Amino acid sequence: MTDLIRIARQFIEAIPHARALGMQFESLGDGKAAISMPYDPRFVGDPTTGVIHGGAVSALMDTASGAAVMCHPTAPASTATLDLRIDYFRAATPGQAILARAECYHVTRSVAFVRVTATDADESRPVAAATGAFTLDRHKGATP
Amino acid sequence: MTLKRPEPVQVIKQRRDAALSGLLSGVPYIGYLGITFDRRGDELTAILPFDEKLIGNPSIPALHGGVTAAFLEVAAIIELAWGTLWDAMESGQTDTSAATAPIRLPKTIDFTVDYLRAGLPRDAYARARINRSGRRYASVHVEAWQDNRARLFAQGTGHFLMPQPPGSPAE
Repeated sequence: MTDLIRIARQFIEAIPHARALGMQFESLGDGKAAISMPYDPRFVGDPTTGVIHGGAVSALMDTASGAAVMCHPTAPASTATLDLRIDYFRAATPGQAILARAECYHVTRSVAFVRVTATDADESRPVAAATGAFTLDRHKGATP
Repeated sequence: MTLKRPEPVQVIKQRRDAALSGLLSGVPYIGYLGITFDRRGDELTAILPFDEKLIGNPSIPALHGGVTAAFLEVAAIIELAWGTLWDAMESGQTDTSAATAPIRLPKTIDFTVDYLRAGLPRDAYARARINRSGRRYASVHVEAWQDNRARLFAQGTGHFLMPQPPGSPAE
């Protein structure tokens, strides 16, 4: 488990944009990943309300989704986003961190399917949700 | 009756550029990503200058998918807000030079991004097309490319909730 957390930390450290947005792993394993992003005034999209820009939430959900694919039990070699559809439910409350929980719920030989939800401190009312399809590269010689 | 002389081109340009920069400068996240806009008349092209912090996959290296999504969404929102601002400005309703009243931006309902190829570590461009713009809802398509206009690296479609004019009962 500690190994997984170490790998997870390296995963984020290796992604400049994840580091830039201050992303942190909360949990990881078995095709599921949870990543949080602290509130930061630089990421505000609506200056009149101080609400975080949807694009920053998208970046968080995309990163969590990619991590969920990478920790799927079939152990992919690499992945990339094919498409991501994001639904915005409400404005995230200013000052609160956002948590994205992603689940890679199905994989084929070359495609992974992911769903992800983003919440702020009020976890009963999600901020946004997304579904995505990701490419899946297998290690050489891996059984499909 | 004498014909009204057209305004000097410099005055018109200054007014339009000021309106656009007023729109952009209000949004911190646009500045954080470093997105700028090139304006030709009312046509906008969003520009995302390459920066190390935009990288998502360092081994290729490629732009972060989230950056691409954000870039497309910004291009769509600004296109919508610019359309509203342009109409107000050209009909003389808005004193855009004052830039006192905060501009109310459309809200994203949903946004779908197709990643067509990896975003390379260089500048990216995007243009948005408003396919439908109603009183409450708008549908916008965005195309993004890098070196070749015809070789898109991403495209997106989104639906947006338009800000209602002040005093309207719908709000």
